[in-house]
Amino acid sequence: MLAAILAATPLMGQSPNYGVGRSPTPEEIKSWDISIGPDGRELPPGEGRAVEGKEVYTRRCADCHGSEGQGGDQGEALVGGEGTLDTPKPVKTVGSYWPYATTLWDYINRAMPFDSPGSLTHKQVYALVAYLLYLNGIIEEEEVINAQTLPQVRMPNREGFVPDPRPDVGRTDQSQKN
Amino acid sequence: MKDRTAKDQPDSSKPSRRRFLKSGAVLAGVLGACADSGNVSDSGPRTLGDIPSPYGQRSTYEKSVRYTHLSDTPEAGPSRTPLQDSYGILTPSSLHFERHHSGVPTIDPSQHHLLIHGMVDRPLVFTMEEILRLPSVSRIHFIECSGNSGREWTTPEPTVQRTHGMLGCSEWTGVSLSLLLSEVGVQSEAKWIIAEGADGCKLHRSIPMEKAMDNIVIAYAQNGEAIRPEQGYPLRLVVPGWEGNTHVKWLRRIKAVDQPYMGREETSKYTDLMPDGKARQFTFVMEAKSVITFPSGRDKLPGPGFYEITGLAWSGRGLIKSVEISIDGGQSWQEAQFQEPRHPVALTRFRLPWRWEGQEVTLRSRCIDETGYVQPSREALIEARGLNTRYHYNGITAWRVSSDGSVQNAYA
Repeated sequence: MLAAILAATPLMGQSPNYGVGRSPTPEEIKSWDISIGPDGRELPPGEGRAVEGKEVYTRRCADCHGSEGQGGDQGEALVGGEGTLDTPKPVKTVGSYWPYATTLWDYINRAMPFDSPGSLTHKQVYALVAYLLYLNGIIEEEEVINAQTLPQVRMPNREGFVPDPRPDVGRTDQSQKN
Repeated sequence: MKDRTAKDQPDSSKPSRRRFLKSGAVLAGVLGACADSGNVSDSGPRTLGDIPSPYGQRSTYEKSVRYTHLSDTPEAGPSRTPLQDSYGILTPSSLHFERHHSGVPTIDPSQHHLLIHGMVDRPLVFTMEEILRLPSVSRIHFIECSGNSGREWTTPEPTVQRTHGMLGCSEWTGVSLSLLLSEVGVQSEAKWIIAEGADGCKLHRSIPMEKAMDNIVIAYAQNGEAIRPEQGYPLRLVVPGWEGNTHVKWLRRIKAVDQPYMGREETSKYTDLMPDGKARQFTFVMEAKSVITFPSGRDKLPGPGFYEITGLAWSGRGLIKSVEISIDGGQSWQEAQFQEPRHPVALTRFRLPWRWEGQEVTLRSRCIDETGYVQPSREALIEARGLNTRYHYNGITAWRVSSDGSVQNAYA
């Protein structure tokens, strides 16, 4: 019994108060740390252009998102909608709504394609990002997207977000009460 | 993902036991036509019942189920709690709403790890066994998807399960996140954490360090047993009072960082677009809200007589201080009674005895939380925020009881 307990207890407990946990290797952290922040410092090596992205898009994305990002039965529109956010029918897409281009890289790499997330290479993700930015008129067709250029891309709706001002309604109003 | 192809399950808000018990028993004499309201009698020799079983099941007579409206991509979608059949304040784990973005993963707890790293002194990997050995806390909290009641902005829905069912309340047990963060030693430049799940899409959210150090629980149990797979087995965040999407399920990684990472969920989704074209970010707290669960949409009162109006109130800012009910279309309000004890940031059950005379009436509930915040009317909410957001709706719900006893969403 005691032997079983000891065998199950890590001898190299690392945490100062409870002696649990072990130090991950740098390789372990690297393999799990897929978070890409707005400054893009975690972006991996690799690069892509719209022309390569179009090829990947057609094979892996168009069935759901439409042949040119216009959206479909299973996938939302990725292109268009600029100038609609303050109208009664806002169209929120990568081009019209997303504030950071790095989010596009993070999300495609993390979660797309919907039925096979994690199956794209870094180069394919760079190329897809370039293609979607190009379709939205944000970069030129020949521009190279990589770890240096992507964080420099300024999204059209970058200034479109404001802090939460709530409570904006619903403050105590005794006049409502009888 | 868009719900283009409706494959609705039958709505479980059809005649429920609650209504049968409440209306059938009381009104059996009035109506005189209930099928089994007759004589009580023994019917011959008795037989042995079932033997003890390893894992209990509810009675086969109970039919209340979650409401699902499956899209072409059902792995990214919700199911809704049958609030119309709820009692008290706790949601059975089996009926607690779901919202997945990449389906429910199957996770062997012996293979599951939690990595905490980033701007910390000692990045560490924990096994489930280690997490279960640490000092534990249990708290009763609601979880509400910020898309709950999202259609009430523009196209109100018929039943309380569909208007408010992305809501549940459980006793959650786990380890304080602050305990684990102190074990790894958070550095002073770390102002946020990123929490990430082990589901297919590795759903992640950025959460301010102040909240992470305050009252977040890394939970492994719900209502006295291990969390169910669809609720995040074996490990999830419970972020008291904040929008459901932040309560990251299947938690595998926490990274301490210097800024929000602006993931897809916290930029393109769950932000509130205002009429001027600007969007609010971040809208974390779920503001005070209440709804009458009986009578509610698609109920049918069998006739005039006594009923107990009952419902739920909750606030992400703390305790519910009072709930008022109007049975005259909002002209006058009377105080409802609470089920005690009340818990902060938990569902709170309210009740009001009522005698229906058979006339058309409109029932509303309005709650006030401990900060003095009063649940707003639908009109005030729309006036303030317009109709371009689908999130964070907490307006007053109105159920219209027609003279034939049928109940409808008055705004539908």
